[in-house]
Amino acid sequence: MRSLASIAVLVLAVGLLPLFVSSGVTLGFVTMVLYATLLGQAWNILGGFGGQFSFGHAVFFGTGAYAMAVLQMRFGLNAWAALPCAIALGGVAGTLLGALSFRYGLRGSYFALVTLAFAEVFRILANTFDFTGAGVGLQLPLQEGAAQLQFATETGYLYLALALATVSLLFAWWLKHSRYGAWLAAVRDNEDSAAALGVNAFRVKLVAITVSGALMAAGGAFYVQKFHYIDPHLAYGAPISVEALLSAIIGGMGTVFGPLLGAVVLHGLGELTRNSLSSTPGASLVIYGALLVLIIMFMPRGIAGLFEGKR
Amino acid sequence: MLAARDLAISFGGLKAVSGASLTVPAGKITALIGPNGAGKSTLFGLVSGFLKPDRGSVALEGREIVGMKPHAVCRLGMTRTFQIVQPFAQQTVRENIAVGAHLHIGGRKAALAAAEAVAQRVGLTAQLDKPAADLTVAGRKRLELARALATQPRLILLDEVLAGLNPQEVGEMIPVLRGIRDSGVTVFMIEHVMQAVMNLAEYVWVLAQGELIAQGLPGEVTSDEKVIEAYLGHGTAARLKAEAAHG
Repeated sequence: MRSLASIAVLVLAVGLLPLFVSSGVTLGFVTMVLYATLLGQAWNILGGFGGQFSFGHAVFFGTGAYAMAVLQMRFGLNAWAALPCAIALGGVAGTLLGALSFRYGLRGSYFALVTLAFAEVFRILANTFDFTGAGVGLQLPLQEGAAQLQFATETGYLYLALALATVSLLFAWWLKHSRYGAWLAAVRDNEDSAAALGVNAFRVKLVAITVSGALMAAGGAFYVQKFHYIDPHLAYGAPISVEALLSAIIGGMGTVFGPLLGAVVLHGLGELTRNSLSSTPGASLVIYGALLVLIIMFMPRGIAGLFEGKR
Repeated sequence: MLAARDLAISFGGLKAVSGASLTVPAGKITALIGPNGAGKSTLFGLVSGFLKPDRGSVALEGREIVGMKPHAVCRLGMTRTFQIVQPFAQQTVRENIAVGAHLHIGGRKAALAAAEAVAQRVGLTAQLDKPAADLTVAGRKRLELARALATQPRLILLDEVLAGLNPQEVGEMIPVLRGIRDSGVTVFMIEHVMQAVMNLAEYVWVLAQGELIAQGLPGEVTSDEKVIEAYLGHGTAARLKAEAAHG
């Protein structure tokens, strides 16, 4: 119940933030942290809670992003209608990828490679067809207004990111307090043991990758609404996969608040290095890498692991 | 309770189990013994759905279960433990057992409470909030047993739950196993510790080189010539007999 209260406090604090802070930079920073939390939590549900390490979560992100853009631009759907469709398509992509790879018992690095391969295939496909704008990408027409899910100020995006991130946090909380969550953890720790105890590991993993894919797609849809542009590399490239897994791993895999903590640290550091090392482009990436190495060496259970104490 | 007929499986050219037929009577403790590499664990794997036999059938309470997945077999009331204990190491003992309890209990609180009750049955109450990784070998064996019991099975397959325990720990486990039988759960166990087999088992099957070579009461099979030869080598039975005759 304590973590549920923490989620409520977070929602309240962020929700009231625009009343006290008017700086677009600050609100934009919080928005991006929440967006990174959503991506991290999406990865965390499958990788942290389920132990299936994906290296190609961009496949879901890109599917959500392109679905959002294509549905609006080619089919004339309203953004509010396109959003649930994009999320659902991400879930479907998760189910399909999961059914394929779990059916054949792919685990560990093999599963990671397959997800990476799928992301690459989709990147090439998106790069090829005019339908997705090919290499040029898709530019979402500017139509500001809440009805179009486009906002003139940061506040609107802040609330959208907050809503999506909260859903992902609540799902993670539910995993900690439900039979399904116990089954998922059992499958993560030992699939054979879980099967002997009556757990249908295949189905459990399939649900996890479906939810994970749907949340990741929500992140992609948010990206399109916020930046009005998507291209194959942004959608299906490796950076987005890495961003998702990084905030989860640094924050603490298999914890409710790990992705949030990881997102705060990564984006905080990103801002710092960008401002102080602006003369050396790429320096923030070096910091990213160094940090990951340090955390894996000294905090194998992430930042959240420090708070949980020794167990 | 359980009837296997003509089970066979080969790994490459090796016939691990060939044409094994056996029955496990309900409400009793039945043991499966045999020398190392006889195929005992493989036979368990075939019966519980972890391995798919090349041929043969398995019936649980008259229902054909060959080809069913382990989790489905578990739902029908048969579960197993592993020779090499496989706890959910990151989780506490309570959480470990609750996974088993969740088979029939949907609520998290109720499952955790059920886990506590099962822990009491196998003597793990003091360790309930320890991570499974911190348990001793004896503790892990108990945990393996507890998780399986939490699924409320009618038949439980125990793969060497006494292996690696010292004599005192074996002595402590025997009443626990007997208690499981007394609560109405049929027990089918692979066991190397003969003290336990002689003490517990009401019926014994002997497996050697993938074939069942003897069956009967514990006292009968240990004096069976084929069994002695399987354990001690070809010709041993005749030599022992000759030595006994010469005095």
